[in-house]
Amino acid sequence: MASARRSAARLTRNAFFGIALSVQEYFALVARLLKSCVSRPFYRRDIVQQMDTIGVQSLFIVVLTGLFTGMVLALQSAVEMERFGATIYIGRLVGASTVRELGPVLTALMVTGRAGAGMAAAIGAMKVTEQVDALRTMGVDPVRRLVVPRFLAAIIMLPVLTIVADLVAIFGGLLIAVVKLDLTTELYMRSVYETLAQSGFILKFIPIDLIQGLAKPLAFGAIMAATSCFYGLRTSGGTEGVGRATTQAVVTTSILVLAVDYFLTQILIVMFVQ
Amino acid sequence: MNDQPIGSGEPVEPNAPDEALADEVRAELRRSLEAEPAEPKKSEIVELRDVWLSFGAHQVLNGITLGVARGETVCILGGSGVGKSTVLRLILRLLLPDQGEVMVEGRDISAVSYVDVLQLRERMGMVFQGSALFDSLNVHDNVAFPLVEHTDMPDDAIFDRVREVLSFVDLVPEDVLSLLPAELSGGMRKRVAIARAIVHEPPILLFDEPTSGLDPITTRTIDELILKLRSELSVCAVVVTHNVRSAARIATETALIKDGQIIFNGSPEEMFACEDPYVRSFLS
Repeated sequence: MASARRSAARLTRNAFFGIALSVQEYFALVARLLKSCVSRPFYRRDIVQQMDTIGVQSLFIVVLTGLFTGMVLALQSAVEMERFGATIYIGRLVGASTVRELGPVLTALMVTGRAGAGMAAAIGAMKVTEQVDALRTMGVDPVRRLVVPRFLAAIIMLPVLTIVADLVAIFGGLLIAVVKLDLTTELYMRSVYETLAQSGFILKFIPIDLIQGLAKPLAFGAIMAATSCFYGLRTSGGTEGVGRATTQAVVTTSILVLAVDYFLTQILIVMFVQ
Repeated sequence: MNDQPIGSGEPVEPNAPDEALADEVRAELRRSLEAEPAEPKKSEIVELRDVWLSFGAHQVLNGITLGVARGETVCILGGSGVGKSTVLRLILRLLLPDQGEVMVEGRDISAVSYVDVLQLRERMGMVFQGSALFDSLNVHDNVAFPLVEHTDMPDDAIFDRVREVLSFVDLVPEDVLSLLPAELSGGMRKRVAIARAIVHEPPILLFDEPTSGLDPITTRTIDELILKLRSELSVCAVVVTHNVRSAARIATETALIKDGQIIFNGSPEEMFACEDPYVRSFLS
């Protein structure tokens, strides 16, 4: 009994130290990554290539996600609002929830599933086939060559994709409002504008809601790239290891995105909402 | 595609009896020694001094001491998992020793900064066991990689240099330049990896099992290539292998590792004459 307790305590201690070590390694990678972002050499061609992979190639799923999210939001809220004869406010609901919350989060989750998994798998495969070691032996820093382009591309493209998702979601809501609820386009769009104007503007024309909505994908892009590359670079154990690293990257990034979203929302509310 | 052996010698039967093999290896060794008289020993470019290394509780190296001079090819032999490849990783400073010194061109690489290590690695070329060519780059881009990274050479000059080294490793540049690694045979991949390792003319070359997984004819081709590198470029080479026949062909010196220690260090001829039971057992 006593030996079983000792064994359990040892396992717990090892697991704790394992997690602590992983966290330490993660932040060490982030520190190196940030340092490498502001010093030469820059791999411009790789950054553009990654912007294509992360941004352009994710466009289709982001458009689909935005469209159906906007349509479902409008449809679900219509059921409740019809009871109070408040369907004219559907644009407010779709606009606010999409721009502030659903656009950034759903885009980040979808891109993580597609591009984040791809990053972890690509770097993981390079790791197990000694290509990462080959980079090192040629005097090339793998963080600078492999991680920085993905990181920069992600923080550039995630906000762009989020704007696309927001626009398409609002359009999806418009479709439902016009086709199913017999609202006019003008009424719906004014309702959307009113909710965005409610929080105020920065520089007289940039809605604060939009700023909030774009601060998040910036953070989510950074988290996705750093976490996916971290798991990719830690890959061991052949092809099975690549699969494991990919799964871990997607799960951890998704959890981090949702958790960071909460804390960012708190911070942004304190900063912008009077 | 152009995967023929360079040398004129007959390919060795893979399942030849032990005695015949030993005779052939000795004969080949004699021919090699007659053709290329040993140079006088110069100062060592790569040196391991009493190096100890462990991974957790597993002690891998127990006080390894080894030196390689310019123009020398040292073959590190030993069974699987005895720490042969670890020696290469120590030289590249992909690993740090627990104890002892790893000297490269007179500098203790454990003591240099990360930036200096990257510069020091530019002085080395490494051929990995699985070739480690970049999957997403074609042959040209793979071979040109060190030049693109570390020089300001114009594209035309890089293209010419890539063609030159591909010809050196007996590949036809026009046939392979645009191919991806997945489209190459094992022997061609190894030769492209060698081309990539020598394209920036490093004075130190490291080979990790350069002939593993290759057929006897291609193995011989790669061996001939390593000999050619020594005779024409006078590089200092460290070759990790468990292929005794290859070691006899290419080595100026051999080191046999057992239980993390070098139990034999000497010329291939001395190794074949050695009476130590483990050495005899390994050679047979």
